[in-house]
Amino acid sequence: MSATFDQIANIIAETCDIPRDTIKPESHAIDDLGIDSLDFLDIAFAIDKAFGIKMPLEKWTQEVNDGKATTEQYFVLKNLADRIDELVAAKNASAGTAS
Amino acid sequence: MQLEYFQLIDRIVDLNLGDKTITVEAQVPQTHTIFEGHFPGFPIMPGVLLTEAMAQSSGWLLLGVMKFERMPFLAMIKEAKMRGFVSPGQLLTIEAKIEHEGSGFAVTSAKARVGTELKCSADLTFRHIAFPDPKLRVFMDAMANKIGFPLQTILQ
Repeated sequence: MSATFDQIANIIAETCDIPRDTIKPESHAIDDLGIDSLDFLDIAFAIDKAFGIKMPLEKWTQEVNDGKATTEQYFVLKNLADRIDELVAAKNASAGTAS
Repeated sequence: MQLEYFQLIDRIVDLNLGDKTITVEAQVPQTHTIFEGHFPGFPIMPGVLLTEAMAQSSGWLLLGVMKFERMPFLAMIKEAKMRGFVSPGQLLTIEAKIEHEGSGFAVTSAKARVGTELKCSADLTFRHIAFPDPKLRVFMDAMANKIGFPLQTILQ
């Protein structure tokens, strides 16, 4: 289990008052955990702050609406953790290029 | 304030898009039917209206930062604290600051004072979307002009 997943799970547990032990890497934030769009804003805020990134929620939503991606790609937590790792890596690479 | 139209902000005193802060003034009317019920013999501004005033202040700041390309809508209120009574005729000075700009949402903090006395504060979350109707954009432009929104700042 990745450190990123653990951090996300802790944020979700705290933000949405969901027991931590029910949040699994395979959990779908919407379908399994019942997180609605407003709660997800709160989660996104906490994740953005914790990782120093800006999750592209609008882009992801558009991709899902256009049929170019599935909700599982972004909202199953192990996949969300992977997306966040990618964003952090991109940010670090960008910072390295700038320096 | 034009409470009948839910227009709570009278003028923008300062807008700093670099620091992402705004200061506005809002004059509480001396008389209004709201004060007849809230409360007889002890008229005070309702906390919901103070919260709305902080939200509208934040909204103008967000409109400026987004160059009037998107419209913010209040989505979440946290840590709303009514710290003191606000009476008819008092002048509110409201400061708001953007704490975070997310994808499709933003978080602000706001405080309202009468003189130097802090009266209320809140952390506010907004969703923002492209203007859903051209009429709304026209209306916001007119309101911006009315309250002295420094439109030159968003052209820089």
